[in-house]
Amino acid sequence: MSIDRRQFLAVGGSVVASMALAPGLRLIALAEARNPDQGVTNLKRWGILVDTTRCAQGCSACVTACNKENGLQQDVRLDIRPQWIRTVTLRDEQTGYVQTLPMMCQHCEDPPCVDVCPTGASFRRADGIVLVDRHICIGCRYCMMACPYKARSFVHENLHDQLPDIPRGKGTVEACTMCVQRVDAGKIPACVEACNYDGGKAMTFGDMKDPTSEIAKRLATEPSEEIRPQLALDTGVRYQGL
Amino acid sequence: MKFTDFREIEGRSLGYYALLALFGVLVLAGLYAGYYMETNGHHVTGMNNQIVWGIPHVFAVFMIVSASGVLNVASIASVFGRDMYKPLARLSGLLAISLLIGGLTVLVLDLGKPDRLIVAMTTYNFKSIFAWNIFLYTGFIAVVTVYLWTMMERRMNRYTKTAGMFAFIWRLTLTTGTGSIFGFLIAREAYDSALLAPMFIIMSFSFGLAIFILYTMAAYNLTGRPLGDAIMRRLKNLLGVFVAAVLYFVTVYHLTNLYMTAHHAFEKFILLNGGVYTALFWVGQVLIGGIVPLIILFHPRVNGGSRRMIAVAAALVLVGAFCQIYVIIIGGEAFPLIIFPGKIVSSSFFDGVVGHYRPSLPEITLGLSGVALAMGLATFAIKVLPYLPASLADADVDPHHKSKSEATEAAHA
Repeated sequence: MSIDRRQFLAVGGSVVASMALAPGLRLIALAEARNPDQGVTNLKRWGILVDTTRCAQGCSACVTACNKENGLQQDVRLDIRPQWIRTVTLRDEQTGYVQTLPMMCQHCEDPPCVDVCPTGASFRRADGIVLVDRHICIGCRYCMMACPYKARSFVHENLHDQLPDIPRGKGTVEACTMCVQRVDAGKIPACVEACNYDGGKAMTFGDMKDPTSEIAKRLATEPSEEIRPQLALDTGVRYQGL
Repeated sequence: MKFTDFREIEGRSLGYYALLALFGVLVLAGLYAGYYMETNGHHVTGMNNQIVWGIPHVFAVFMIVSASGVLNVASIASVFGRDMYKPLARLSGLLAISLLIGGLTVLVLDLGKPDRLIVAMTTYNFKSIFAWNIFLYTGFIAVVTVYLWTMMERRMNRYTKTAGMFAFIWRLTLTTGTGSIFGFLIAREAYDSALLAPMFIIMSFSFGLAIFILYTMAAYNLTGRPLGDAIMRRLKNLLGVFVAAVLYFVTVYHLTNLYMTAHHAFEKFILLNGGVYTALFWVGQVLIGGIVPLIILFHPRVNGGSRRMIAVAAALVLVGAFCQIYVIIIGGEAFPLIIFPGKIVSSSFFDGVVGHYRPSLPEITLGLSGVALAMGLATFAIKVLPYLPASLADADVDPHHKSKSEATEAAHA
């Protein structure tokens, strides 16, 4: 062996010391970091209310608008094609009643994808929007295993014609961002806009914490529910007529 | 306690170099497969947005679980004080480290962004079990290295028991972490069960011991060193107990699900109509990996004590192990999420549809390369450091050993 005990102890000691110091240094970095409430605030909670009775079968206005807004190419094999929003058709096993609804990231208050992400790439913004930081996503797909709504997609192929406001990358995971680039500019998500323009006016977007907003008023006065409510994830997307 | 003479293997034969070369070629092929997958994107694999973890994860989990289990042989000696296992302890620690390295390599090379490994090592979310595992896995390598050092450096021998105890607790924690990767997932029917952590631990006992038995037999056969029946019989009986324990956990897991109506659809999928997964479960996992080895090891009519039969049983256990992990990981993903109970669901995103998956060549190559890396590391290490006892003959390992004539007399008395 070329390393004697003294050297071993020196190397081992410095490794242990740096492991002990690293968490403290991390804390300093956290304390000096920008306050998450600057810019984005938890005084807001963005949400979408979907009235499924107005969601027409065969209509895909929300899906088309999402793909266009976020530059999701459609020339990809279906089983690996990223789909940030999809229309789901449900037929009741007992009664045969058929309905459709849009499914996307439900923007949980306590998102399982954020819990399992090893690097913290999956995160929830103070205003309730759940996002993936494409710079630190390592592509492990644990969040896709953990999402109870099958809302996430992995980018399996090289991308082309990307849009400047929509960071995406091969080998990383992505999902509905609630059109954060539009919301931050004071606009509403593309799917909601399209549904109100071309579709059945089934979707309402707004701040669930603002009692004067339409979504808050309707949530307060009309019945609505989460999908998989038993998981108690407090989703930002709520449904009516399920 | 008899003194054990540990010696490096000679390792100058053509066969030895050919073996190392084979492992090396496989490792290179795996590295290329990983590079190919990363540069092209995962569309060149069989994985998709439904089956997000594929055969590389089966290989990786198989090796990581086995890595912790293979250390048991050393633990039995150091923690539980069985002298007969002491000569095996070094090899046990060596295989534990090399299997873990093999498994982790596969896991890392399958990442969408393997080039961001440094991010994974520096940016943590401590609520993630993956983040814990990064510490548990790297820590395991460090702990077992120290444990090996206390065994191999005579002045450190007095710390072996302490190090062994620490390594034993660490490995139980590690396998709990691996099982909990799945156990803590609330989203899917197959997982979301605290039972998975202890089940993974008992699986590790069984898989790890099977690997240990096969590696020891191969190493002693190929080097022409004596390997006695006494030690093989001990290992054989232990393997049988572990195999039975795995079957017990599998039974409880499925019985629990069968009792709950909400899980019936999933149980029907795995046990009855899941196609390849049902076949792998019954034929691969239960029959080949459980019942047949038990019969071989314990049935009085089968000469389960013979070398060949022990090797066959251990190999079958490993085939079953692979099937079991395949069913847990890929079967568990293939079964569609029940997002809307009581509804028949359809969409463009394969909602309500059983996921399709066919492992591709690059993935399989990557997985195999992990095994080759693990075996190659161990095989190289036994040449440069004294891991293997020069003899495992009965007289050298068994404190109660009697010569053959004495034993026959005792049996007739």
